[in-house]
Amino acid sequence: MTNLEKYIEAFTTSFELDANALEGLEYQGVAQWDSVGHMSLIAALEDAFDIMIEVDDILALNSFEKGKEIIAKYGVELS
Amino acid sequence: MDYNEILEISPYALTSAEKNKLLTERLVELTNHHYDNCAPYRGMMDAQNWDSDTIHDYYDIPFLPVSLFKQMELRSVKKEDVMKTMTSSGTTGQAVSKIYCDRTTASNQQKTLAKIVTNFTGASRMPMLIIDTPSVIKNRNMFSARGAGILGFSIFGSDKTYVLNDNMELNVEVLEAFLEKHKGQRILLFGFTFMIWQHFYRELVRLAREGKHFDLSGGVLIHGGGWKKLISEAVSPAEFKKRLEDVCGLHDIHDYYGMVEQTGCIYMECECGHLHTSIFSDVITRRPLDFSRCDIGETGIIQVVSMIPESYPGHSLLTEDEGVILGEDDCPCGRLGKYFKINGRLKNAEIRGCSDTYAVKF
Repeated sequence: MTNLEKYIEAFTTSFELDANALEGLEYQGVAQWDSVGHMSLIAALEDAFDIMIEVDDILALNSFEKGKEIIAKYGVELS
Repeated sequence: MDYNEILEISPYALTSAEKNKLLTERLVELTNHHYDNCAPYRGMMDAQNWDSDTIHDYYDIPFLPVSLFKQMELRSVKKEDVMKTMTSSGTTGQAVSKIYCDRTTASNQQKTLAKIVTNFTGASRMPMLIIDTPSVIKNRNMFSARGAGILGFSIFGSDKTYVLNDNMELNVEVLEAFLEKHKGQRILLFGFTFMIWQHFYRELVRLAREGKHFDLSGGVLIHGGGWKKLISEAVSPAEFKKRLEDVCGLHDIHDYYGMVEQTGCIYMECECGHLHTSIFSDVITRRPLDFSRCDIGETGIIQVVSMIPESYPGHSLLTEDEGVILGEDDCPCGRLGKYFKINGRLKNAEIRGCSDTYAVKF
């Protein structure tokens, strides 16, 4: 699985969404991405890439696109 | 005034004069905002002849009794913009406060909490033990204060593990496996004061008698929710700490004071045992007879102000707690701002607080 596929999978499994629903998705944009869902997403990303995301980045990760930038800071190449 | 700019300021870095200026500007703005957007609030302010031009500083801004959120639906946003409703903890049959949060307010609560707590724990996250049962966060849209507290703090943890089961019994296997997995690492423990005492400390004491010992000397414990029950059992804060250290070596322990009506702005206990106000909120003590301001060292009723609430008019509230300001800008721990202690609830006030309402059953 490529890193991008892993990234997408973290979202689809955390929020029970299809991959084609992720583009433009924002925090609180769907019912499942609430504060509880957010922490599930963080856990899924951390497991997928074996990283530990810092508190400020957890708070900053507020969209599907923004998450890509943040993950890149931890040395994960998505493209 | 953009709250995101305020979030850039270090939480304990402003002197009294600097903080007064910032709080006054933001709180007057919030008062006008709620006046314009919440009709019941406007009615109450009109009755007090609210006029922002006559305000000298934030001490002059009227306060609402915290119990009002039990009796009235107070919102400054449209119903459809409410993203999350939080309720205060209450004993069975007690009315609960309802606090309506929109996206902005909920997000600012979490960011503020992060600023305050990382000042004590550091920015990196630690493996986290939650001394409670996972069932408290079952309903995702309607949070009890207890669930909101756990969820708010869970951002500071990784590998979050609940150590109590649904019957509030310590799950020894889970605890053992967690400690084995994270041996040698600093760990974060979070819970409510009475639950920690009743279901964690007491169980550890019992297990120690059976020869089973746990080493939590590398842990940092953050706890809150009220002392009423423990004080009635003659367990003082100092005793609480000493006994926990004796049984499992835990010595980095921080109490906090906070309430669901001003979620995000908590008052953390420093290394010197003092509760601290951050730049995001403040505590004022008032004399019960005329609500004039108490001096430092004088016991009074606690008023709390917070720069966060935009979706409900909860930025200036009179609590039912009694306490005393111990000093300002000169705590030996080095943090600026007021530091204080809470004596307890006012006489005849309702029981509240996550720890205290739960403890009523015991």
